Amino acid sequence: MAGSGKSYLEGETGLWSWLTSLDHKRIGLLYFFSVAFFFLLGGIFALLIRLELFSPGALFPADMYNRFMTYHGAVMVFFVIIPGIPAILGNFFLPLQIGAKDVAFPRLNLMSWYFLMTAAVMALCTLLLGGVDTGWTFYTPYSISFKPATILMAFAVFIAGFSSILTGLNFIATVHRLRAPGMTMNRMPLFVWAIYSTAILQVLATPVLGITVLLLAMENIFNIGIFDPALGGDPVLFQHFFWFYSHPAVYIMVLPAMGVISELVTTYSRKTIFGYTAIAYSSLAIAAISFLVWGHHMFTSGQSEVAAITFSVLTMLVGVPTAIKLFNWLATLYRGSIQMTTPMLYTLGFMFIFTIGGMTGIYLATIATDIHFHDTYFVVAHFHYVMVGGTLMAIMGGAFHWLPKMVGKMYNESIARMSFVFIFIGFNVTFFPQFVLGNMGMPRRYHDYLPAFESLNKISTIGSWMIGFGFLIALYAIIQAIRSGSPAPMNPWGSKTLEWTTASPPPHENFLTTPTVTAGPYEFK
Amino acid sequence: MSSNSQHHHFAHHFESEEHEYATSKEGVWLFLVSEILMFGGLFVGYIIYQHMYPQVFHEGAMHLDWRLGALNTIVLLFSSLTMVLGVHFSQLGDRKKAVTALAITILCGAIFMCVKYIEYSHKIHEGLLPGAWYTGETHGLSNMGLYFSFYFMMTGLHGTHVLGGMCLILWVLLRANKGEFNSHYYTPVEGVGLFWHLVDLIWIFLFPLLYLVG
Ligand SMILES: [Cu+2]
Repeated sequence: MAGSGKSYLEGETGLWSWLTSLDHKRIGLLYFFSVAFFFLLGGIFALLIRLELFSPGALFPADMYNRFMTYHGAVMVFFVIIPGIPAILGNFFLPLQIGAKDVAFPRLNLMSWYFLMTAAVMALCTLLLGGVDTGWTFYTPYSISFKPATILMAFAVFIAGFSSILTGLNFIATVHRLRAPGMTMNRMPLFVWAIYSTAILQVLATPVLGITVLLLAMENIFNIGIFDPALGGDPVLFQHFFWFYSHPAVYIMVLPAMGVISELVTTYSRKTIFGYTAIAYSSLAIAAISFLVWGHHMFTSGQSEVAAITFSVLTMLVGVPTAIKLFNWLATLYRGSIQMTTPMLYTLGFMFIFTIGGMTGIYLATIATDIHFHDTYFVVAHFHYVMVGGTLMAIMGGAFHWLPKMVGKMYNESIARMSFVFIFIGFNVTFFPQFVLGNMGMPRRYHDYLPAFESLNKISTIGSWMIGFGFLIALYAIIQAIRSGSPAPMNPWGSKTLEWTTASPPPHENFLTTPTVTAGPYEFK
Repeated sequence: MSSNSQHHHFAHHFESEEHEYATSKEGVWLFLVSEILMFGGLFVGYIIYQHMYPQVFHEGAMHLDWRLGALNTIVLLFSSLTMVLGVHFSQLGDRKKAVTALAITILCGAIFMCVKYIEYSHKIHEGLLPGAWYTGETHGLSNMGLYFSFYFMMTGLHGTHVLGGMCLILWVLLRANKGEFNSHYYTPVEGVGLFWHLVDLIWIFLFPLLYLVG
C-alpha cells in the first residue's frame, strides 16, 4: 500500500473532513485550536482576577470574583494544561517519533477529543446556572451546598477525565506496540518517554478523580453524606481522594513539558543529550513517587504527625529525579554549539522558572515553614512557577520548534523572540512579587486585601498585561508563519529524531516507507 | 457459512491481524485497570468508614438478604462461563452456538438486574436510603444512612456496568449473528468478554463486603 505522498493537510478539506478525521496529526491540530481557545478563556479570567487585585477595595462584586477564580483554575487545569502538551504535541509527534503510521486506536483518539469538547460545553453551561464559586479544588463541605452549577461542573470534570484516560491508554498501547523496526524502548526520543510516563499517570490516577467527582455529584443530588460531616461523613476524605489524583495530575502537566525541553536542549546545542537513560527513567521515577505525596496538600487539614512527616519526606524525594533532569540538561548545554533560537530561549526560560518553582516547593514541603506559607500567595506563586512557567514555556518552545513540521512554514525568528521576551519578563513580574506577598501574609483566594499589599499587587497586575501582550505577539507570529512564512525544509534545525526525516508537513501515512532504526535518537557526534 | 473464511482487513497502521489483535487486547486491559482504580476509590472509602463505624456497617448489612446476593453471585458466575463459551464459539466461527451463548449471558445479566430491582424496591419501601433520606430503624445510631450510601453507590455503579456490559454483549451478538467472527477476527467478543469478567469480579468483592460483614 504505497501512499500518495500528499500532505495530511491536503486531500480531503472542509470542516467536516477535519471533524471526522482519524489522522493523529489532524486530531492534534483539533486539540491545538480548542486548547488555544480555552487558554484565551482562562487567560481572560486571569486578567480579570489581576484587575480586581490592582488596588484594594472591590471593583467586581466578591461573588463574581470567586467565580473568576474558579473558572480560571478549572479551565486552565482541566482544559488547558492537562490536555495541552500530550493531546496536541503528543498526538502529533509521538507516532512520528517512533516511526508509526498512527496511534494504536485512531477512532478512540477522535472520541477523546469529542469527550473533551462535551466536557467543555458542559463546563461553560454552568455559567448559565449561576456559575461555580468553589475554586477548582471543589473542597467539601462548601461544594455540597446543592447548587446545580456544581453538579454540572462535576460531570464536566468526569467527562474531561474520561478523555484524558482514553488519550493515555492510546499512547501506552502505541508505545508498546507500534514502534518501527529497530526502535527499541532505549532508542525512543525523550519526549516519547515523557509522554509515556504521563500516560501511565493518566490511566492510573484519573479514575480516582472520576469517582471523587461522581461522589461529589451524588452528594449534591442525593445528599448521600459520604463527605458531609452532618451525616457522619468526612470532608477530609474528599481532600485525600482529590489530591490522590491532583498531585499526580501536577506531573501529568509537567512531565510532558520536561520531555519537550529534553528535545529542544539537545537540538539547539547540537549535542547528544547528556544522560539519556537517567532522563528517561527519571520520568518513570517521578511518575511513581507522585502517587505517594498527596498528603503535602493537607498538612493543616488534620492528618497524623507521622503521616505528615512521611508525606513531607516523600515530597522532597521528588526533587531527586527532577534535579537529575535539570543537571543533565545543563550538562548537555555545556560546550554545546548553542543557538539562541526562540525554542532555545523558551528552554532556558523553562529552566530558570522551573528551578525557582522547584526550590520554593521545598519550603512548602517542609512542615514547619508550610504552616506559615500555606494558603498565602506564596503557594499561588509556587504553583504558577512550576505549572505555568514550566508548562507554558515548554509548550511555546515546542510549538515554535515543531511549527515548521506541523504547517510546513517557517516562522519569523525576531517576532517569535519578542513573544518570549514579553512572556518571560511578564511572568516574573507577575508572580515573583507574589512570593513576597505570601511571605508577608497575604492570604490567597480573597477579592480584597490590606492597603499594605498594594504596591506589589500593582506590579503583579502590570506583569499580567505583559504576559497577555506576549501571547498576542506569539499568536501573531504563528498566524504570520502560516500565511506568509517561507516553505519549511524537511529538517530546518538539523534534529536527529524521526519526525524530521519525513516531509514538512508530513504525508497522511507519515512515512512513505516505514523507517528502520539503527541508532539512538540524538547522534550529533 | 463458508464466507466466514474471508480475511478481516486490519487497519493500515498494523502489520498483521495478530498485531491488531494483541494491541486491541492491551487497550482493553488498560481500560480495565482504570475501571479497577475507579471502583478502588469506593472500596477504600468503604473500608475507612467500616473501620470508623463498625456498628453502622454491621446493622446495615443485617438489612440485606444474603440469599438474594448469593443468587446473583451464582447468576453472574454462570454468565462468565457462557461468556467464555461465546468467545470460544466466535473464534471457531460457529455462529449458532456463539449467538446462543451470548444470548444466555445477556439473559443472566437481565436476571441479575431483576433481582437488584427487587432488592432496591424493598429497601426504598423500608426507608433504607442513603444519607439524609434514611428513615428506617436507627438502632440508636445517628448515621445509619452512611451504610446505605455505600450500598447504593457501589451496587449502583456496578449495576450501571452490568447494563453497559449487556449492551456491549448485544452489539457483539448482532455482529456474531452476521457471521463476522472467525479465527482470524474475534477481537470485539474477546474485549467485551474481558469487560464482563471484570464486572463479575467486582461483584465477587462486593458480595462479601456488603452482604456478609454482618
Ligand atoms: Cu502536590
